[in-house]
Amino acid sequence: MTKQMFRSFASALAVGASLFATQALAKSDITIAMQLEPPHLDPTSAAAQAIDSVVYTNIFEGLTRFMGDGSVVPGLAESWEISEDGTVYTFKLHDGVTFHDGTTMDAEDVKFSLDRATAEDSANAQKALFAGIESVEVMGPLTVKVTLSAPNGNFLFNLAWGDAVIVAPESIENIKTNPVGTGAFTFGEWVQGDSITLNRNPDYWGEQPALETATFKFISDPTAAFAAMMAEDVDVFDNFPAPENLPQFEADPRFQVLVGSTEGETILSTNNKQPPFDDIRVRQAVAHAIDRQAIIDGAMFGYGTPIGTHFAPHNPAYVDLTGKSAYDPKKAAQLLADAGYEKGLETTLHLPPPSYARRGGEIVAAQLAEVGIQAEIINVEWAQWLESVFKGKDFGLTIVSHTEPMDIGIYARPDYYFQYDSVDFQTLMNTLNETTDPDERKKLLGEAQRLISNDYVNGYLFQLAKLGVARAGVQGLWKNAPTAAIDLTEISWSE
Amino acid sequence: MSRNLILGAALSSLVVLAALVSFVWTPYDYAALNIPDKLQPPNAQHWFGTDHFGRDMFSMIMVGARTSIAVALVAVGIGMALGVPLGLAAAARKGSWLDEVIMRGNDLVFAFPSLVIAILITAVFGAGAINAIIAIGIFNIPVFARITRGAALSLWEREFILAARVSGKGAARISAEHILPNVANLLIVQGTIQFSLGILAEAGLSYVGLGAQPPTPSWGRMLADAQTMVSFAPHLALIPGLAIIVTVLGLNLLGDGLRDWLDPRIRVARA
Repeated sequence: MTKQMFRSFASALAVGASLFATQALAKSDITIAMQLEPPHLDPTSAAAQAIDSVVYTNIFEGLTRFMGDGSVVPGLAESWEISEDGTVYTFKLHDGVTFHDGTTMDAEDVKFSLDRATAEDSANAQKALFAGIESVEVMGPLTVKVTLSAPNGNFLFNLAWGDAVIVAPESIENIKTNPVGTGAFTFGEWVQGDSITLNRNPDYWGEQPALETATFKFISDPTAAFAAMMAEDVDVFDNFPAPENLPQFEADPRFQVLVGSTEGETILSTNNKQPPFDDIRVRQAVAHAIDRQAIIDGAMFGYGTPIGTHFAPHNPAYVDLTGKSAYDPKKAAQLLADAGYEKGLETTLHLPPPSYARRGGEIVAAQLAEVGIQAEIINVEWAQWLESVFKGKDFGLTIVSHTEPMDIGIYARPDYYFQYDSVDFQTLMNTLNETTDPDERKKLLGEAQRLISNDYVNGYLFQLAKLGVARAGVQGLWKNAPTAAIDLTEISWSE
Repeated sequence: MSRNLILGAALSSLVVLAALVSFVWTPYDYAALNIPDKLQPPNAQHWFGTDHFGRDMFSMIMVGARTSIAVALVAVGIGMALGVPLGLAAAARKGSWLDEVIMRGNDLVFAFPSLVIAILITAVFGAGAINAIIAIGIFNIPVFARITRGAALSLWEREFILAARVSGKGAARISAEHILPNVANLLIVQGTIQFSLGILAEAGLSYVGLGAQPPTPSWGRMLADAQTMVSFAPHLALIPGLAIIVTVLGLNLLGDGLRDWLDPRIRVARA
């Protein structure tokens, strides 16, 4: 081997090595784990959060969208005009937007999507979002006029939900298994029980994302979640199911931990129609029997913020009402005695699988037992919970986190599973919906929070924290969860 | 008496004693949460440490022994109460349709993987100690039926049974008065083994959340709860794990020892 040859060989090696190095640095694929697998992929016909986690802003987009900080910004609508009286919204759509199947996204698709959501037989899980829509008119290929029956200060916020994304009539039939949207990622493959893969959409109308492919992996078992993260089989865990393991990730330089807020009000839901909980004194007794900090420390290892009403503490309109239901077992026992339950009472406590419910429930049951309420713990799977508690309303108490953003409106629905029926509250919600002035809205929201807190509708426990765990090099993850979403468009790997 | 028998009896009675004492005394209230004191390793105040809710593990293990023993005992009781008469009847009517029905029925139950069916039963009828007992009990029936029939069949050929028949005793009376006392040794030994299997089955069902429900402590559920915390609080898993090992080992040694001790042939050789 001549010197010359050796040199070129060596430089070829060096080039090869540096090529390899740049490839390693510019990683463009990511594996994101989440706990639950979506039942299908149509966000407009189911409440399952897992659907939105996969498809929201990635596959499907709406006229407006949420950002990671909770703000609402234009999505497919470039701009809009609101009429003087607040009832007519005229949206101007982005030009040149196509669906993944090549068809153009235009005003007709918007009308189709909104009409579908408001239709009599609509399967939309959040029909209330669209309730005020009177008509949708196509004014031009890129102009849509939406007329509301009354002004709705929340309308643009409502349109940002995953339930309000724009779908196309051409591809609606197979949306559940082959979702076709306008987003920066196209649907790739779904291995049932394991993962869903999305690929970059080269024809995306907006800015190209850094990632080329993203795989969503479903890992429901907390132990398996820990193992998968530690072995670096997954790069991100959207919301890590075992808070007790976070200190280990924090201490490990390979990982970063992102503790943020969610819209999940974790509550001890109470069947307001079932004796003895139809008596406000009993509900108040339950509220005073609960030591929130013990639940947060014991079940969530300190992650979570105490709440005294059904409202997210990071929202500017939040009112701290935890004092109304401060931990006071003596008062609780007294209230029970006043209500005629000196000898205590028996009830059931249905607990769905997440650890906030299972562990929180054990603590709640022990605390209730202290004041004489014997709550029999019944552990249920989600399907069973939906069937017997949510639909069947056959329960005394249950623990669940209500993760929809700004969902205090559920208290205005007397047939909702906890069956709170208050004319005052329903009137208040109607007034709120017709109010657009921000200060006035804030005041009304405060009143609404006080009203349900004064009526001790449910036991208010804590705001669920979002516990994200990721490899150290991952950037652009949402720290908070203003809505269920894993926005891939901002995610990249650092050098 | 063999070493096995002594060691087995010692370990088993330790567990039974813990369970019995727990009715009148535990160091702490097993259900009392004390969150500020959570996850303490074993120390002078808490001999087995505390769990993730700050409950005293020693108290939980004691009461957990009660749960395990109660479930296993009743399950073995169900198996014996139904299996032994079935086995005696089948032997007494050897070759008849009754024998066929009983034994093929037993084969049927035996053919199912027991823990899977136990999970099915508790999943359909609801999780809880009672359903766990029934599920485990059902699978004990064929074990006792078979062993009883097998032993009884050879006894039926013996002269003293012939003598009893000649004297006019009916099959039912012979089974009760002559056969049963002579298979009792076998049943005691098998009962001990089944008892240890019952404890394992209860732990398994509780581990998947289908056994005794909280706040009733159960070794299997303690193990399941410990899973995500093993890396920083190993005592949470080690202690209930050891409790199960000690109990099952003790019962198996006891069963082995009893078999040797009660077996007439060995007894004769020893004398």
